[in-house]
Amino acid sequence: MPEKQCAVSLRGISKAFGKIQANHNVDLDIYRGEILALLGENGSGKTTLMNMLSGIYFPDSGTITIDGKPATISSPRDAFAYGIGMIHQHFKLINVFTAAENIVLGLQDEAGFNLDEAKTRIMSVCDAYSFEIDLDQKVYDMSVSQKQTVEIVKLLYRGTEVLILDEPTAVLTPQETDKLFAVLRNMRDSGKAIVIITHKLHEVLDISDRVSVLRKGEQIGELLTSKATAEQMTNMMVGRQVSLNIERPTPQDPRERIRVEGVTVRGSDGVVKLDNVSFSAYTGEILGIAGISGCGQKELLEAIAGLQAVEQGSIDYIEDDGTLDSLIGKDPLEIASMGIALSFVPEDRLGMGLVGSMDLADNMMLRSFRQGRSFFTDRKAPEHLAEKVIDELEVNTTSVHTPVSNLSGGNVQKVLVGREIASAPKVVLSAYAVRGLDVNSSYVIYDLLNKQKESGVAVVYVGEDLDVLLELCDRILVLCAGKVSGIVDGRNTTKNEVGLMMTNLGGAQ
Amino acid sequence: MFDIVSFIPRAVAQGIPLLFGSTGEIITEKSGNLNLGIPGVMYVGGICGVIGSFLYERSLGNPNLINPVLGILIPLVSCLVGSLIMGLLYCFLTVTLRANQNVTGLAMTTFGVGFGNFFGGSLIKLTGAEVPSIALSATSKLFRTTLPFAHTTGPVGGIFFSYGFLAYVAIILAFVASFVLKRTRTGLHLRAVGEDPAAADAVGIDITRYKYLATCLGCMVAGLGGLYYVMDYANGVWSNDAFGDRGWLAIALVIFTIWRPNISVFASILFGGLYILYLFIPTGENLAVKEIYKMLPYVVTIIVLVFSSLRNKRENQPPESLGLPYFREDR
Amino acid sequence: MIHISKRKEMPLWQSLSIRLAAIVVALIVCGIITTTMTGLNPLEVYASMVKGAFGSPRKVWILLQELALLLCVSVALTPAFRMRFWNLGGEGQILVGCLASAACMIAIGDKLPNPLLIFIMLLWSLAAGALWAVIPAYFKARWNTNETLFTLMMNYVATQLVAYFVIVWEVPKGSGNIGIINQTTEAGWFAQIAGNKYLLNILLVAALTVAMYIYLNYSKHGYEISVVGESVNTARYVGIKVERVILRTLLLSGAICGFAGLLLVAGTNHTLTTTLAGGRGFTAVMVTWLAKFNPLVMIASSLLLVFMGNGAAEISTAFALNQSFGDILTGIILFFIIGSEFFITYKLSFSSHDKQTNQATLATTAMKEA
Repeated sequence: MPEKQCAVSLRGISKAFGKIQANHNVDLDIYRGEILALLGENGSGKTTLMNMLSGIYFPDSGTITIDGKPATISSPRDAFAYGIGMIHQHFKLINVFTAAENIVLGLQDEAGFNLDEAKTRIMSVCDAYSFEIDLDQKVYDMSVSQKQTVEIVKLLYRGTEVLILDEPTAVLTPQETDKLFAVLRNMRDSGKAIVIITHKLHEVLDISDRVSVLRKGEQIGELLTSKATAEQMTNMMVGRQVSLNIERPTPQDPRERIRVEGVTVRGSDGVVKLDNVSFSAYTGEILGIAGISGCGQKELLEAIAGLQAVEQGSIDYIEDDGTLDSLIGKDPLEIASMGIALSFVPEDRLGMGLVGSMDLADNMMLRSFRQGRSFFTDRKAPEHLAEKVIDELEVNTTSVHTPVSNLSGGNVQKVLVGREIASAPKVVLSAYAVRGLDVNSSYVIYDLLNKQKESGVAVVYVGEDLDVLLELCDRILVLCAGKVSGIVDGRNTTKNEVGLMMTNLGGAQ
Repeated sequence: MFDIVSFIPRAVAQGIPLLFGSTGEIITEKSGNLNLGIPGVMYVGGICGVIGSFLYERSLGNPNLINPVLGILIPLVSCLVGSLIMGLLYCFLTVTLRANQNVTGLAMTTFGVGFGNFFGGSLIKLTGAEVPSIALSATSKLFRTTLPFAHTTGPVGGIFFSYGFLAYVAIILAFVASFVLKRTRTGLHLRAVGEDPAAADAVGIDITRYKYLATCLGCMVAGLGGLYYVMDYANGVWSNDAFGDRGWLAIALVIFTIWRPNISVFASILFGGLYILYLFIPTGENLAVKEIYKMLPYVVTIIVLVFSSLRNKRENQPPESLGLPYFREDR
Repeated sequence: MIHISKRKEMPLWQSLSIRLAAIVVALIVCGIITTTMTGLNPLEVYASMVKGAFGSPRKVWILLQELALLLCVSVALTPAFRMRFWNLGGEGQILVGCLASAACMIAIGDKLPNPLLIFIMLLWSLAAGALWAVIPAYFKARWNTNETLFTLMMNYVATQLVAYFVIVWEVPKGSGNIGIINQTTEAGWFAQIAGNKYLLNILLVAALTVAMYIYLNYSKHGYEISVVGESVNTARYVGIKVERVILRTLLLSGAICGFAGLLLVAGTNHTLTTTLAGGRGFTAVMVTWLAKFNPLVMIASSLLLVFMGNGAAEISTAFALNQSFGDILTGIILFFIIGSEFFITYKLSFSSHDKQTNQATLATTAMKEA
């Protein structure tokens, strides 16, 4: 076997954002005909490192060598010229453009602008790797996996030799992931260099030839995947052995608390988001909700919290004495005052639930500020609450008067979840509570949810990571395109079973 | 009887400044810049043309000696340069320095209107000329030259051929702008910048360059609206504040035409018609009612605004990042 | 190579000195422009500006009075802007306030005792201003209709409405003017305090400014406005009725603009014209923005703009220039302040990246070759 050709080599790369050192003195080699996994927790600097190859950031120091020659990449255009292309976690596609328009966007070198000719050439790229895309479809009509395909074709069409994919499987079903991996192997075999950024060990083992581990911005080590074990990689990634087991106490005295029957919800664009959904949530248990992103999870929680108009069906709160109290028709305020707490962590972490420019104390009173008859707000109580949350959840901040937007992602989420739980709720609706958190912070959140469960709260947990759902939840409700495809026992199911249920109603249309 | 034959040419003449303004603003907005300084830019465009031609006519001594080519080129170039400088100023503040677009635009309008009125009112004193008012009739005559057969072809000539060349320039520019935006690579790139600069940046489109080019070009086109107004519509007579609120109407037209310059050709003329409708509606002795008719263009704009917010089609929405500054390293 | 990055926070003194430096540079630039355009000595020009603004007790009173009016409109727009509702309709809201006051003075001026008349004028001008603001607010809340252009168009509708009534009420017929209303009876005119025509206006606006500061920073309403301004989604999530907050805030915003109209008609001008608002609706947008939506800071920013306006008026009379010269200077100063914000939000670092990289690569290649 001939020795592999080094396509890109990084030496001593460092990058800081303000006081935060995102990368420190990193060395990395990327070879042709190989899939390199860049492994590390969130915030370990994987994406930043690759962004310096794709021209989004410029390194503070260090050198980049491409095909043996020194290179300066100061813009995405430079990156393309060197044959480097990156697929970002948030796709860089123009929503109102068609697939074909997105694919040719930014190219200058053709003679004349002829979309039809370009389409023929795009189709030949698609045929070579057996992609199926409708070139005239608008991006806003596409599923996540279709958008990803467009991104890949976009890179291949401009002759990219080094492909970087940032967490490509985060939004895919297991089946779609398999398909993607087949494509990646195919591209590797045709001699392209591929880098996949991930924090999922099984993916590293599944797809990569070589793995490089980053921790806190520094490179910890490099292994051949064939010789690596999961323990070894975990140790390198988190720095010390952590128990992978999430606690799951047995539910005590479960009683029905929320009953959802035949609920149908239509989005503002007229599309059915929830279709005849029925289930119950019990006290003292965690009900997990699984599904590909955008399958109605958000709408479901919002419907319970009174933030979505329900077209059909009923949602009832069941009191301790068994009387039913319909939630439909109540406004969000009334529902919240019944003890139903909603903490939804959106993708940008701040968009819902917290106000970035306000300080911790002011954020604490977001839900409670109306209490009391005074025309003026009471700022003493929220300050105490903020101090309590900082103390108990180990929020890293200088004072209660720091604007929330100055905190790091993990601390922002602790503030959000901490506030919701501090209201002593009867029902906790939590969505993506550990989105983007490091391992330790995630466990703090799992503990919090378990404590709520043990104190008799009904917890509904919407998560992205199937592994966590399988270990944390007592029951798992699987949504597929707005329909319930089944409710399984968290203790007796497998990932494959849930994965199949996520798609079996034709969710990946 | 409603005199349609004399109404239409006047509506067109009223509509042309709006068409220049809205075409310019559409080009600008497609790059993601909401330029509320357009009213100021149109004033600056107009007065710069006036200054250029005033100095030229004065240097001749006798305005009748005017050279037709220079007589048109000098005000035209002065107008374009003045508007370009305004465009560069707006871009420097909002693109390079990432300032708030609304505030920058309003400051530009304050500045531009003040600039126009100041020179309009002081040009004579500043140059020590001995004329009672700014009346550039010789230059205006050049700008108002119509096609030779305009007056021999009856109503058809009156409706289609009785305008100065800038009117046709406005219409051609609007169609060209539509074509470029829709059918060319430059247009595709420009729209990408206005929709999602981060995505456009990631494929190597130079955001800053496109924003600067589109905004400056947009300002120059809008500036021509001011020039047309003073040289053609107003017969070369500058009077302060006469241009009025046409700049704001031009911005409103952008929404009315869902960001399409070719629709703006007809919409501008319609608005021009509404603007002067009060002159054609017999009100007898009651002068006060005319003031109510003058509300029409604004009321129609409001109604259109409301209706366009009711439509939800994705393609008819404003460019997605309109009004937002772009900073690559924003996380 | 220049690298730009975002700052976290900047100490107050530093951001203030950046803004002050911007104003100083702007004044120098204005001086240069004044000289080149008019051939006047810039120092003389500034001296006459200061003289025009502060030259005599009467001028100081006029300055304070102008300051009060502009501040009043700025205070009115602030709650809307804090909510990120771009109310550019101040001009129209003031005008309908003027119209309502003038209507009361004309219609019932001779039928009621003065305090009762002024009270009725107050109610009507508040209601008129509020109505003018709440129409666009309703459509914004209901269908997210673009409020910037809607409020802008409402200005012109108001102007034409006033133009209509000016002709209806004109004295004498055919003059196109109303003249001083109730000149003999002074019905509906504000009383003079301590013999000063302007003091009442000034005191009212001062109280209003402080009240607005407290309202925005310490009341539940003010808190809701901030939340809605920052994120509508968050507001909905915590059960704030966003539509209601928008309507309530614009009712307040418009009502205070209407109040400014009352001050103009009952307090100072005692007449009605289409240009009575004098562009304050637009100038106030810049006043509020310069003050970062803080009512107390607005005292300073409106002082700056009023000083520029009055000072420039003095220049134009003293040197026989057109009144609009002030707008040019104001525009230039605004450009500099707007531009200076960049240096407060962002940090520039000058470094020779390319050189470093090249040297480093040279070093590595040299090593490899060796």
